[in-house]
This record gives sequence, structure tokens and C-alpha cells, in this order.
Amino acid sequence: MGPTMIGQGTEASLLVDIVFWVLAVSAIVSAFAVVQIRDLFRAALFLIMTLLSIAGMFILLRAEFLAAVQVLIYVGAISVLIIFAILMTGDVEEGSPSHSMRIPVAILSTLFGALAIFVSVSTDWNLLEPAIAAGQVSADAVEGVYSNTIPVIAKLLIRDFVLVFEIASVLLLAAVIGALALIREG
Amino acid sequence: MGLENFLIVSAVLFSIGFYGALSKRNAITVLMSIELMFNAVNLTAVALSRYVVPESLATAGQNAGQDAAQFLLTGHIFAIFIITVAAAEIALGLAIVIAIYRNSESVFVTDATQMRN
Repeated sequence: MGPTMIGQGTEASLLVDIVFWVLAVSAIVSAFAVVQIRDLFRAALFLIMTLLSIAGMFILLRAEFLAAVQVLIYVGAISVLIIFAILMTGDVEEGSPSHSMRIPVAILSTLFGALAIFVSVSTDWNLLEPAIAAGQVSADAVEGVYSNTIPVIAKLLIRDFVLVFEIASVLLLAAVIGALALIREG
Repeated sequence: MGLENFLIVSAVLFSIGFYGALSKRNAITVLMSIELMFNAVNLTAVALSRYVVPESLATAGQNAGQDAAQFLLTGHIFAIFIITVAAAEIALGLAIVIAIYRNSESVFVTDATQMRN
């Protein structure tokens, strides 16, 4: 019996691959719809579809806590805020036209995407699973973290990244006060 | 299904968001495209943290304890902070959009030229 891989038994199965490709296609097609569709309200619904697909991908990556956070904050709060703003500002039928720089921007973003794909494929990543198989990384330590991620995330958040955590709370306070000041009448 | 697949998906999502953020006239579509880019970055962070050996674990070797292994989840922490910043950004962004709409009856970024001259 070799070293236990993380998520052994699910990692190589055909079903997981099918789930991944379904999520990938739905995320990318919905993202295209967000920027191409004329009706703003439908674009917001397609954005929700993309966010849900990414939450599914988080589950495939064994980040169940982040998947829950993604559904609660993005799908629950941010998309409702966006739909609220669309309804507040009217002009739903006027849609979302492009301006004159559309073609250069399309070329630029395609080039950027191609460059990012090239870099991510050609980089020689120090991957976890081969390192476990070669005995360079302790399989027990990895399995210990992934068997219960939430206490580890809590410890990192409150101990190692506590300064960022505090700054994030100040940022949220500033954002709340700023949004109130902007929206207030007069 | 490996690291490259997730990175390619997030690169494609980021390019779509980049295109939308720079080419659309409606400010709400621009904000939605920025959300797409945030999500692509989140996906990259979590995928890298899932598949790549962290430095602390590589140096600790076979006798790695909890303190070295916890940095496997650094990408999760990055994603949590990115989600926090995205929430603050979208709240402020939509407040600005509504303030602009109140002043000029338009949500098009090309019409918000009051500060020119």
C-alpha cells in the first residue's frame, strides 16, 4: 500500500472529469454571455451562473469552505446588489453597447489570454502529488490538512495573516461609510 | 483534470472579464466584468494552493508538522481576502454608478465627463 494521495479514489475517476468539463464549459459560456448579451438583467443572471460554476470548481479543488463563501457572498449578496443597481438605474432595454475601441481591446485580451495559457502550460510546476509519491513531502501532513480544512484556515487567518485580517476589517468599514456618503441625498 | 486545466479556465475567464471591462460603455457591465476577473484570480489562487508544493513543506520533508503543512491553504486565505475586497469594491462601485446616474441620467462611462475642463 503506497502513500495515500489526497482525495484518493475520486481524483482519477471519469465522473470527476465530466463534472470538471461541464463546470468549465458553463463558466466560460456564461462569462461570454455576460459581456455579449444586450439585456443587462440577463447578463447579471449569467454572471450568477459563472459564479456558481466556480463554486463547483472550488469543491473539486477541495476548498469546500470557499465554495460556501462564494455562494453566500457572490451569489447571495453581490449579485443581488448588481441586480438592484440595474433596476435602480433603468435603461434595461438600452443594453450594454461597446465603444469604438472594441476591436483593439478584443485583440489585446486574446493576446493576454494566450500568453497566460502559454505560461501556465510551459511552467515546470513543483506539483504536490509527484512529490508525495517520491517521498519528498509527508503524505500524512497533507492528508491532515485536507481532511479538515476549516481549523487550518482559521489558524492561518487569525495567527499568520492577522494584520491583513485587521486591515480588511478597516477596509470594509471605510467602504460602508463611503457608500453611505455617496448614496446620501444632497 | 490537473493544474493546467484550472489555470487555462481561469485565464480564459480573466481575458473575457478584461475585454468586458475595457470595451463596454455601461458602468454596471464594467463592474460585472471586474467581478469575472476577481473570480478568475480566485480560481488560480485555489488551484495553485491545491496542486503546488509550498516552500515550507518542501523544506520540512518527511517530518513535516502542522505548522509547515498549514501553508498548503495559503491560496484559500488569498481567495478569502480577494472576496472581501471584491465585496467592498462592488458596494462602492455601485454607489458611484447610482450617484452618477442621479446627476446625469446615464450609466454610460463615456457620458460621465463632468470633471473634464
